[in-house]
Amino acid sequence: MSFTPDIRLFSCHYTSQQGCANEGKELRELGFPENIRLTRVPCTGKLEISTMLKAFEDGADAVYVVGCPVDSCHNVKGSQRAAKRVTAVCEMLQELDVEPERVRMYHLDRGLHPEFVDAGKEMNQDIEKIGPSPF
Amino acid sequence: MIVAERKPLAEILDMVKDCTKILVLACRGCVTVCSAGGEREAEILASLIRLGMKKNGRSCEVIEGSLVRQCDREYVDAIDQWQGQYDAIVSTACGVGVNFIANLRPSDNVFPALNTTFFGGSAEQGIWSEQCAGCGDCVLHLTGGLCPVARCAKSLMNGPCGGSVDGRCEIDPDVECVWQMIYDRMGRLDRQQEMAKPAPIRDWSTAGHGGPRKQVREDLTVS
Repeated sequence: MSFTPDIRLFSCHYTSQQGCANEGKELRELGFPENIRLTRVPCTGKLEISTMLKAFEDGADAVYVVGCPVDSCHNVKGSQRAAKRVTAVCEMLQELDVEPERVRMYHLDRGLHPEFVDAGKEMNQDIEKIGPSPF
Repeated sequence: MIVAERKPLAEILDMVKDCTKILVLACRGCVTVCSAGGEREAEILASLIRLGMKKNGRSCEVIEGSLVRQCDREYVDAIDQWQGQYDAIVSTACGVGVNFIANLRPSDNVFPALNTTFFGGSAEQGIWSEQCAGCGDCVLHLTGGLCPVARCAKSLMNGPCGGSVDGRCEIDPDVECVWQMIYDRMGRLDRQQEMAKPAPIRDWSTAGHGGPRKQVREDLTVS
């Protein structure tokens, strides 16, 4: 049975800056899934594990994070820290016997690149296949 | 500091499976420093318990709180502020904190969220290692400040065993032989000659082998 997943995206200020321009008009035109809710953070390195877990508590079927490339984070190691925390959440989901694919990290260049849209589409397609959150 | 790590989530969820109101209680002492049981970790654990209970089809209210320490009476008494809001406490303190809550609150269910592992320190971020065994009979003055009781796999007192190779312990090549470290350090300090003196047979009664240990400072006890 198909369903429309509730997906939460946390993206750093720089990576999503252009995507958010004109209230996301360009993103929509490029086919970015409308069921993905974007929250911009100053740096993904500030994103807490508890924030990602809270998203699941609030009903998200999946959570993903888009931060700077590993070697060119505006805040030097912010996106590396985010990736570590995403991995931690991934392991926590496994402890709960929940699909670890429901949380993911992407490292993308700043600006509105096709990869930003592709990541959203990929996440959306994958979660559609996996199904609704068991929480 | 006392170093600890979170228990497997399944173990914690099994402890609280029949609870309907849970207080996840952080400790702002050692376990905050070793990132195992401070406010941040308690917030994460509370969230995981809510998610786990929900997934298992159970309804449960989980609140969070924290104490300055859970190993002193005056701080443990502060649990009164959550009276009536829980039917079990999940403590993210070390084992001392859990014991203190059990000692001082006879009617409260308390469960440990952590496995208390060792006395140690953090030489680099995210990595902790054992440095002290709390044996009650410190020999660090004889060994250049490096502890053979805690850091030698066999707690040897008179130099390395025959298993160390290239300064590495036979239990694991990633573990440095503390006796090699002691020897090298005593050499740098021009104190290697002190090592020729055999260490006497240890009295392990101070190490907890005589039952729970207790310390009384008469100058501090005022009733």
